[in-house]
Amino acid sequence: MAIDKATVLRIAGLAHIEVEESALEGMAEELNGILAWIEQLNEVDTDGVEPMSSVVDMTLPQRDDEANDVATRDDLLANAPETEGGFFVVPKVVE
Amino acid sequence: MSNLTDLTIARAQAGLAQGDFSARELTDAYATAVEAGRELNSFVAETLDAARDQADASDRRLKDGEAGLLEGVPLAIKDLFCTKGVHSAACSHILNGFKPPYESSVTANLWQAGAVMLGKANMDEFAMGSSNMTSYYGAVVNPWRREGDSRPLVPGGSSGGSAAAVAAHMAVAATGTDTGGSIRQPAAFCGVVGMKPTYGRCSRWGIIAFASSLDQAGPITRTVEDSAIMLRAMSGYDAKDSTSVNTPVPNYAAALGGGVKGLRVGVPAEYRLDNMPAEIEVLWQKGIDWFRDGGAEIVDISLPHTKYALPTYYIVAPAEASSNLARYDGIRFGLREPGADLRETYCKSRAEGFGAEVRQRILIGTYVLSAGYYDAYYLKAQRVRARIAEDFSKAYEKVDVILTPTAPSAAFAAGEKMDDPIAMYLNDVFTVPASLAGLPAISVPAGLDDGGLPLGLQLIGKPFDEETVLRAGGFMEDAANFMAQPQWLTEGAAS
Repeated sequence: MAIDKATVLRIAGLAHIEVEESALEGMAEELNGILAWIEQLNEVDTDGVEPMSSVVDMTLPQRDDEANDVATRDDLLANAPETEGGFFVVPKVVE
Repeated sequence: MSNLTDLTIARAQAGLAQGDFSARELTDAYATAVEAGRELNSFVAETLDAARDQADASDRRLKDGEAGLLEGVPLAIKDLFCTKGVHSAACSHILNGFKPPYESSVTANLWQAGAVMLGKANMDEFAMGSSNMTSYYGAVVNPWRREGDSRPLVPGGSSGGSAAAVAAHMAVAATGTDTGGSIRQPAAFCGVVGMKPTYGRCSRWGIIAFASSLDQAGPITRTVEDSAIMLRAMSGYDAKDSTSVNTPVPNYAAALGGGVKGLRVGVPAEYRLDNMPAEIEVLWQKGIDWFRDGGAEIVDISLPHTKYALPTYYIVAPAEASSNLARYDGIRFGLREPGADLRETYCKSRAEGFGAEVRQRILIGTYVLSAGYYDAYYLKAQRVRARIAEDFSKAYEKVDVILTPTAPSAAFAAGEKMDDPIAMYLNDVFTVPASLAGLPAISVPAGLDDGGLPLGLQLIGKPFDEETVLRAGGFMEDAANFMAQPQWLTEGAAS
């Protein structure tokens, strides 16, 4: 199940990371190296084992549905690269 | 009076309480040390003026008899912690200029306890690394050097700036975070004490997320006693973190002393690696002898899935990272690289903002979570993770604490191990299993290698049994009597 250049391009697209064509070959090689090393997990018998998503044996707590100390609009906009009139500015997304 | 920057938390607090010196004098001494130590690159942002103001406030509280748990204690804060209005970038270019409008819960607890912030400590980008070489702000120099060798060494990672700052006496102590060893391994490389508490003990709220099921904050200090004092101040239930555990925080320092008579210390066979340097093996045996001589019962145990911990980690952590790091889009905060449309803006910003190591881990994480591979990789890893945790639960039926080396080598030179990612991953071979199981673990400096560099031994405890870990750690610290100091301190900053 080797990763080829097309697969790298596809994953990078899913991850929204631009990749230069010239870098694809090297990246495929590195990813293949790591995945080949990971393959050893197939040696482990995990039949009937529940996947472990958390080490804490607890049910997620719920809180009362009340407003708490939310950040203000100005707080939220303060770190944005570009804002206008109290909004984030993004490139045009509709034609 | 001895040099103020040589004092531990405990001794500094005694001095403050007795009026031997003021909090302001203590902070001023550290401010001078921070400025004199810039070539180590431990700090990526200094907040020395604000520190002096905090110290003055500490002096007022000391005078009024209202001193907190860490009153007047100057700390370095890892750049992963959000600190209100202060540089908080996870040492990534993608968080360029980010100054959070809020304070992380752990740092809020520290300020509430009276601590003083000297600045933000350098780290591997998004805590991904074991050498501090992936920081956008450049490498950190380990204050230790190999005897007869002037090459700069790495401080370990990811909390490399924190560990180096504590070792070079540029902070009394520092916060770190540990996802797979990022507190313990740099502590071992720098000859200081690093403690990762049980997952859920310290709130993760306001700590920039890497792998949410693994990330845990903890203290990096010069002594085990300081670790106990600082951990108490950092810990506590926090409703803002849904995995924060609501159990009382003990007075950890009260657990210290009392010896280890009758303590059952496990020695796992699987941690004896092929090709392990002899000096690590020798040190581990010394540790075993210390405990036996102290009246502890040494128990040979087996943690059969140990060898699968690293590959499991390198699925789980990148998977969670790829999800957590999806928020960096160049729109709401941080770096933006303009593109022709929205999608191109995302892709260019993320390509420019993330370093090579982070990009690679995001790609692996995206791949193992993608349609068709999720079951084969991600679910499989989560199942193996359950096996690894089960190994520990079974072991703890027979033992109270587990003793292992912290890392398979001492600090290495900058640039080594950079070509082969798996060689770099192997730094964490002894620390990752406890992370996957969420267990508390401490690294204590225990000896020197042939080149005069510090080596650490690790103690891993039962969930929420930090007290036994600290008590055993304190015992080991006394037995090791580790007095060596880095060349940075013994030969002077300028050498």
